[in-house]
Amino acid sequence: MGDCACNSGTKIIYSCSGAADVGEIADRAVRALKREGFAQGSCIAAVGAGLSGYVQSAKGADVNIVVDGCPVGCARKIMENIGVTPVSYVVTEMGFVKGSSPANPETIETVYRNIKEGKTGEQKCTPAAGCGCGCGGSC
Amino acid sequence: MYKIEVLGTGCAKCNKLEETARKAADELGIEYEVVKVKDINDIMNYGVMVTPALVVNGVVKVAGKVPAIEEVKKMIGGK
Repeated sequence: MGDCACNSGTKIIYSCSGAADVGEIADRAVRALKREGFAQGSCIAAVGAGLSGYVQSAKGADVNIVVDGCPVGCARKIMENIGVTPVSYVVTEMGFVKGSSPANPETIETVYRNIKEGKTGEQKCTPAAGCGCGCGGSC
Repeated sequence: MYKIEVLGTGCAKCNKLEETARKAADELGIEYEVVKVKDINDIMNYGVMVTPALVVNGVVKVAGKVPAIEEVKKMIGGK
């Protein structure tokens, strides 16, 4: 968080951080994106637990990005449960197979780049709202 | 006694939210105290990522915007 976010194009990113290898890839790619300032990082578990600060921050952000490891989509569903429609990425939709995709520098880099460039993933967003996913209004 | 906290580092919107919260509390006729929380670590401890934010009795009611006074009255009143 910077000096004052004050609703100035706030973008928050979450990963499912699930137990499977693809969950680990999601987690580590999101941490890398957070470190370089692509978006602010927040905890999906805290949103799921209903902690008011995390829930209200998600509702108040301009863009929420979730990265799930697999199509179960826990992180996306947690956001939807609080009435927020996030930009959604799923690692298994980027060519990785759950259970056969160890988290290593190459797999993490691929997911990191896909998210950063808005290349792939199922992006459930509203272009009119200015999703910020890099889709140019096409998703 | 209601404890109303306004989280933000001191920008115009933070001040506006404080003003609105005070007005709302006055109109509700409740006993209250307003605390401004400017320290970024204290703000983060609430899990708040976007400011300004309004906290009533320890519960974050809104973040990233300044709601209308009627909405703030409902937030303070817990309705």
